[in-house]
Amino acid sequence: MHTTTLNLVTIIAEPVLEEMLTRELRQMGARGFTVTESRGEGSRGIRASDVPGQNIRIEVIVAPAVVPAILAHVSTHYFPQYAVIAFVQAVEVVRGEKYI
Amino acid sequence: MGLSEILRANLLSPIPLAFALGVVAKLVRSEFTLPRDIYTGLSIYLLFSLGLKGGVELAHASPASIAWPAAATLLLGCITPITTYLVLRRLGRFGVADSAGIAAHYGSVSAVTYIAAMSFTKAVGADAEGFMPTLLALLESPGIHIALAIGAVKTASPDRAVGHVLHEVLTGRTMVLLVGGLVIGALMGEKGWTAIETFYDPKGAVFKGALTLFILEMGVVAGSRLGDLRKVGPFLLGFGIIMPILHGALGVWLGHLAGLSVGGATVLGAMAASASYIAAPPAVRITLPDANPTYYLTAALAITFPFNILLGIPLYYEMARWLAG
Repeated sequence: MHTTTLNLVTIIAEPVLEEMLTRELRQMGARGFTVTESRGEGSRGIRASDVPGQNIRIEVIVAPAVVPAILAHVSTHYFPQYAVIAFVQAVEVVRGEKYI
Repeated sequence: MGLSEILRANLLSPIPLAFALGVVAKLVRSEFTLPRDIYTGLSIYLLFSLGLKGGVELAHASPASIAWPAAATLLLGCITPITTYLVLRRLGRFGVADSAGIAAHYGSVSAVTYIAAMSFTKAVGADAEGFMPTLLALLESPGIHIALAIGAVKTASPDRAVGHVLHEVLTGRTMVLLVGGLVIGALMGEKGWTAIETFYDPKGAVFKGALTLFILEMGVVAGSRLGDLRKVGPFLLGFGIIMPILHGALGVWLGHLAGLSVGGATVLGAMAASASYIAAPPAVRITLPDANPTYYLTAALAITFPFNILLGIPLYYEMARWLAG
């Protein structure tokens, strides 16, 4: 089956950021995304999710060209003050045209 | 009944006892915790019940009888965030973000403290006015908005967040259920109320049972914050007890001036003394990210909430009785 190489960006963040992050991802060129609740512990400790609610894991498949803008945005707007991590993987997807 | 007897009766009522069990469960590291969806479901039920019953009562109340209490409530909603901010900033030497963040919590109201005050006044035979849920709805949001506005002006917080938060607070669970319930209650009147009373009556057994379960979980949540008491420092510890007493006294006094009964003034005092922990935390986290959540959550949940349900409410009742002569 024909597949296309695209990037999967995963952002794990405090729950209060869900609405803002997903709206901004769309503005930056994402065609869709998946949000799941998650839990864990990181450098800020479990205290990061202090405010009631579970952490969220946002997964979004985008064209490689869009990735730098997303990472730069998350870095400048969220890394300093919130518990957020972001990482990128290359993924093989079918129907690649759906995502770009 | 003397103060010591009232205190004893209050401590041995289901609300403080269930709260204590929750704290103990956490202290002995029990795995017990109420599933989150049940906790949310219970809070929806409690708020909607308050709204419905309040709406039915509101339909009876004359506009004149509620006008002054409503004005007193709005005044409290404007004063308490400012006094909280100034005390923390000037006396406590807290930063702008932390002061404004805590002020948003203390400027708003805790619905559970309100319910505890309502059941306390009923237990001592000084029923509060039926329109009190309307006052609860009025006090919910002004304090949060004022405190966040102070914070936004003084810290130049990201403007994209402010509009989002205003919308979030005004359309949050508490406002929709409480205000929506008030409207439904007022429209359906006594006739509609009779049909659903068994389930929704805040003075009924179903409501009290649900409340006890909810408070049990609040004990667990507060218990998990006890370790943070050491981190917040002695000033915030004292603040979490003294500020409610001052705000409570102000609330009782304004309630008295506005013509509320002893029970009504007691409940208004408890409302002014309480700190929100449902609507305020996410709003503060978004608009004032530099404010430390450990401070505002620990002060509101682990200090002020238990103080109010254990000692504060009987104290406000004594103040109201004293004022009424």
